[in-house]
Amino acid sequence: MAEPATTELPARTVPGPRGPAAGAPAARRPSSRVLLGVGCALLLVFWALGRRLGYGLPEYLQLLVDGTVTGSVYALVAVGFVVVYRVTGVINFAQGAFVMLGPMLAITFFRALGGSGGLALAAAALAAVLATALVATAVHRLTLHPARAASPLTRIIITVGVYITLQGVALRVWGPRPYVMPAFSTLQMADRFVEVGGVTLQAQSLWVWGVGLLTVVGLVLFFEHTVVGKAMRACAVNRTAARLMGIRVDRMATLAFALAGVLGAVGGVVLAPSTRPTYDMGLDLGLKGFVAAIAGGLVSLPGAVAGGLVLGVLESLWAGVTVAGFKDLFAFVMLILLLLARPQGWLEGGHE
Amino acid sequence: MMARAWGRTWFLAAAAVAAVGGVELAWPGTVARLTRGLVSADLLIRAGLFTVVLVGLNLLMGYAGQASLGQAAFYGLGAFASAIFTVRAQALGIPPSVAGAWWWPWLVMLLAAVAVGAFALGVGWVILRLRGHYLAMATLGLGIIVYIVLRENLGLPHLNLTGGFDGIVGVPRLRVGGAELWPVQVYYFVVWAAALGAMALGLNVVHSPAGRALRALHGSELAAESVGVDVGRLKAQIFALSAALASVAGSLYAHFQAAVVPDTFGFVPSLELVVMSAVGGMSSIWGAPLGALAVLLLEQLLRTHVLGFVPAVSGELEPVVFGLMLVVIMMFWPAGLVSSRRVQGAVWASR
Repeated sequence: MAEPATTELPARTVPGPRGPAAGAPAARRPSSRVLLGVGCALLLVFWALGRRLGYGLPEYLQLLVDGTVTGSVYALVAVGFVVVYRVTGVINFAQGAFVMLGPMLAITFFRALGGSGGLALAAAALAAVLATALVATAVHRLTLHPARAASPLTRIIITVGVYITLQGVALRVWGPRPYVMPAFSTLQMADRFVEVGGVTLQAQSLWVWGVGLLTVVGLVLFFEHTVVGKAMRACAVNRTAARLMGIRVDRMATLAFALAGVLGAVGGVVLAPSTRPTYDMGLDLGLKGFVAAIAGGLVSLPGAVAGGLVLGVLESLWAGVTVAGFKDLFAFVMLILLLLARPQGWLEGGHE
Repeated sequence: MMARAWGRTWFLAAAAVAAVGGVELAWPGTVARLTRGLVSADLLIRAGLFTVVLVGLNLLMGYAGQASLGQAAFYGLGAFASAIFTVRAQALGIPPSVAGAWWWPWLVMLLAAVAVGAFALGVGWVILRLRGHYLAMATLGLGIIVYIVLRENLGLPHLNLTGGFDGIVGVPRLRVGGAELWPVQVYYFVVWAAALGAMALGLNVVHSPAGRALRALHGSELAAESVGVDVGRLKAQIFALSAALASVAGSLYAHFQAAVVPDTFGFVPSLELVVMSAVGGMSSIWGAPLGALAVLLLEQLLRTHVLGFVPAVSGELEPVVFGLMLVVIMMFWPAGLVSSRRVQGAVWASR
């Protein structure tokens, strides 16, 4: 990906007189130290709360490993947010719906294909990802493309409306009950697992890591080495200049939505065997993915991936040491802290 | 812009509200009969409650241009404050002579509004430094945090103050002296008095120097600041006002419904408030009652008249229609109902 510092979108390049962004670059550096301090304090809190529960190293390692699995999915969702935001300047709340459509469609297709066999599962998963990309394309063409001249707030509300609509359709089609997706390795509900040094590792976790890594690498290669990918990056840098160079900016925007659909669906599909997909799973994953994207600065792919992994791990540690009901609190407290500490994201600062 | 202050239109609206309320009080159920079950006193009360919230939200979003995706949190804080301090008064050590007095729930309502406003002022100081997308996200985060804290018993399960998932039941009716402000037809007047009061307040704010400063803020913060508007303070104040209004509406809701559950105040309700605000028109105080009434009527219409004929579909298609409506209105009618010629004409003509 191009240097994020040079790819800021116009919407974000006008720091206000009072905003935290108003400071000179020199004033930004201490906040990464602040974040480091906050991180250390958090680890101390985890350790202190965990001691109360009698946690040892294996327990923490287990939480860490589990965290990277969820974190990988957050990362994929976050990258979807970033791709759309960079090309269109819109925060796409419908992203969560793509995460839900992936596994729901995959399960439906899998049943239609007879409900057994690895080939059928692979075909169903692939078809679900493509179908979600199609939905995402349609969403852009039907809603945000016609409304491209509207104010950012209007466009955000439009994507919220799209989310509500898609989730409503999902409720109509699939009902409120949770579904079951077979694990990729065993093709059954029960998954294979290995134990290494007191840490239980599910085979599905390897699938999540592997597929997540492949998807991100594929995306980076697409942006770096294909003409279309480079054209999309050009749109992110400067839409007007890109248009003057003959790039069809609106098509690139549609493509960005399709990519976001693919990323969301892939994340949802690989996670599905270890959770039970429901029609409303997109809300949680979408919001967490968004927090991860914010953590990474909203315009940086590596930032989004790192943000997803860090959020996944910290949230897993937090969930391990507190009451179950407070699990979701972490991401949103972190969201506000991150927004305040450095509205432009914390990985990006290093490039300035 | 519209009227100079809350002039004839407001009085006409008040008269209409009073007329409907009077008819309903004299012959209960008339409104429902005349509209074939579409409008009920219950729906009108909910519209009034939402109007109070939306006046604040419109000031914040439409005038100050600051998005809030967590407004239901303040509504919920007000509702839970009223429920906790009336139902759990004994557990909190409040003497029965105080907690049993008729003025106690009113005092709680007032104090809750002040406390929620102060909370918003403090939070606003900090998060209103963010702008555009980022502010929307921070309010979203704030809304979800408040919801989770309410749902999880404030983190103090042994006290069981909020009742967790199940919330609190048995919130008493409001009274004045010895007279209970009930049945529904009487409570209607309480709620709409609050709604009309909120609208008068909103119209006053809009047409005051602060209102002009707000519009300047919406146009360009930099420009507003350069002509001497204390942008940060003004934004925080409007945020606090909108939170206090939402809190009052929440208290009135708690005494109306007699029960509160956290799910009424989560993320999706916050979105619904934004939908109402958008439908009515954010940039107008009149958008508040219009949006609340329009959305509630549409919901009711869908439930009883359109989808009611198709069994097993009614409840489930609602979110689809709701979402689609939001998309279509924002795409083709981003200024909401108030922007339409006919509504504007009516407002102008009655001035």
